This record gives sequence, structure tokens and C-alpha cells, in this order.
Amino acid sequence: MRNLQSIKEGAAAAVPVVIGYIPTAMAFGLLAKTVEVPLLYSFLFSAMVFAGASQFMALNLIKSGVLAGEIILATFLINLRHFLMSASLAARLKEKKKVLLSIIAFGITDEVFSVAATMEKKPDTTYLLTLQGITYSSWVGGTVLGYLIGAILPASVQSSMGIALYAMFVAILVPEMRKSIYVAVLAIGAGTINWLLTWLNLLPSGWNMIVATVTSALAGAMFFSEDSREGIT
Amino acid sequence: MKNFLVLIIGMTVVTYIPRLIPLAVLSQRNMPQLLRRFLLFIPYTALGALIIPGVAGATPERPIAGIIGIGVGAVLAWRKQTLVVPVLASIATTFLVLCIR
Repeated sequence: MRNLQSIKEGAAAAVPVVIGYIPTAMAFGLLAKTVEVPLLYSFLFSAMVFAGASQFMALNLIKSGVLAGEIILATFLINLRHFLMSASLAARLKEKKKVLLSIIAFGITDEVFSVAATMEKKPDTTYLLTLQGITYSSWVGGTVLGYLIGAILPASVQSSMGIALYAMFVAILVPEMRKSIYVAVLAIGAGTINWLLTWLNLLPSGWNMIVATVTSALAGAMFFSEDSREGIT
Repeated sequence: MKNFLVLIIGMTVVTYIPRLIPLAVLSQRNMPQLLRRFLLFIPYTALGALIIPGVAGATPERPIAGIIGIGVGAVLAWRKQTLVVPVLASIATTFLVLCIR
């Protein structure tokens, strides 16, 4: 059964994401409560928007009384990076059914994309839907849990859990950098550009990461030849 | 803020559309080589930009704790452990450094 194999792989891939999502989502639920967002809407934030960074930003803006229209615009800018991730996934995914594509699209987060886009074989639909279903549930469940039970963990534990998603990004990237010097150069290049742009603080939030990601990938596409991309399929 | 539902629906729409359009338009289509190469480099450049400089602020009360934690995770990842091992090791190391005061 190829499907069963894909479900197993998707579930295994979801584990590190869930380790990062649950404490982050709990922090979101807790913060939503302190900003006096009712439980139903806190749940809907996670269940409908499903994009962590923009959800936290929205809470901060709600707290300072910013209008909904401005929050929506800022959300668009922050989440525009998923446009690139969706396009990149499209280059590897073999799926024709529109309904399935529209479900997969909903579940594209930084974390799901990072895991799925760097796996060695091409991700199939069953794998993706399993990975997305589990991580989505943990995000929504964590939000409600955080709202209801609140700060049950000591601050130092919560804070150290905050490193989990970064740790996962590093753990995905490092072996790829080891495999290919070109990947290493481009990833560090993108990080450096992002750092520089963040420091200069000229662009609206959300754009720094997009500019850094696009510039570096474009440089790679133009200057690194086909055969030099070992490990990239 | 009274109208949470309007806000949430608005945020959902502007988040979902950029996630949907490329997948709907590009899937199963032959792309020019340059575009394809560009798109296949995106995961790695996006990861670089997701990590730097954000990781420096991951433990705001003591940035060095997060950075040491990530360093330990990176070494384990280099030694080809599965994802879960470096993630748990990073959390544990960060926690220990935060405890040492």
C-alpha cells in the first residue's frame, strides 16, 4: 500500500512541527485571552487564518486599537511569502484534482513547506494531507488549550519551547547545506540579506523576507548551473 | 474591536489567496527552466531568511540562550540525526542556559 506508506511518512514528518506548534499556539491562545478576544474568535483565528506570525501581529494591533482594514493589509504583506512557497511546491507536486489542491493550499505554512519541500522524494497528496491535518489540528487544539488552561508552564519552559520552530528550521537546513555548498551559500546569503534589510528598516514588514528569499534564489537560478545542484530535485 | 468576525474573514481571505493561486495555476504545467530552478531554490533561501535574524530574538529575555540551543541543534543535525532529536536537544539546552543565572 503506497498510501499507507505516505500516511506513515506524513505523520512522522508532523512530529517535530507539532512539538513547535503546541507551545506556540498555546501562547497565542493565552495572549488572545489577555487581549480579551472571546474564546470562539480565538479559535476561529487559528482555525481559519492558520498563520502564526500574522495572528500574533493581529493581537498586538487589536490591543493598540488599530482598525480591521489596516490589520488585514498588514496580514496580507506578512503572509505574501506563502505565495513563493506555494509556487515552489507546485514545481514538485503531481496532483491534478482542483479540490485537493485547494485543501493543500490552505495548509501551506512555513513549517509544512520546509518539511515537504526538502524531503528527498517528491511529496504526494496523501503525505501532504496527513502532515497538514495533524499540524493543523495541533495548532487549533493548542490555541484552545492555551486559552483555557493558560500559563500552566513556568516562564522558562515556555520561553525555551519558543526555540522549537527555529530549531526545526535549522535541523532541516543543516543537512541540506552539508550536501550542497550551493545551498549553503544561498541560504546564508538570504539570511544575510534579510538581516541587512531588517536592520535598515526601509521596507514595510513582510517584504524583507520576500526580497531576501527571491534575490538569493534568483542568484542561484542564474549563476549555479544545473549539474551543480546535487540533492535538489 | 467589536467586529472580530469581519477581521478574521478578511485575514483568512488575504492569507488563503496567495497560498492558493500559485498552486492552482502552476501545478501540472511545464515551466521554463529558469523559473523551475528559481522555485526549487526557494525552500533553502526561505529557510535562511526564516532563521536569520529571527533566531536572535527567539528568547528575548536572554538571546544567547536561544543561540546556544540552536548551535547544539545544528551540530546534531549535521551528524544526521532525525529532525526530532535536534529539536528536543535545542529546547533542553535553551532551558538549561535560561536556568543558569
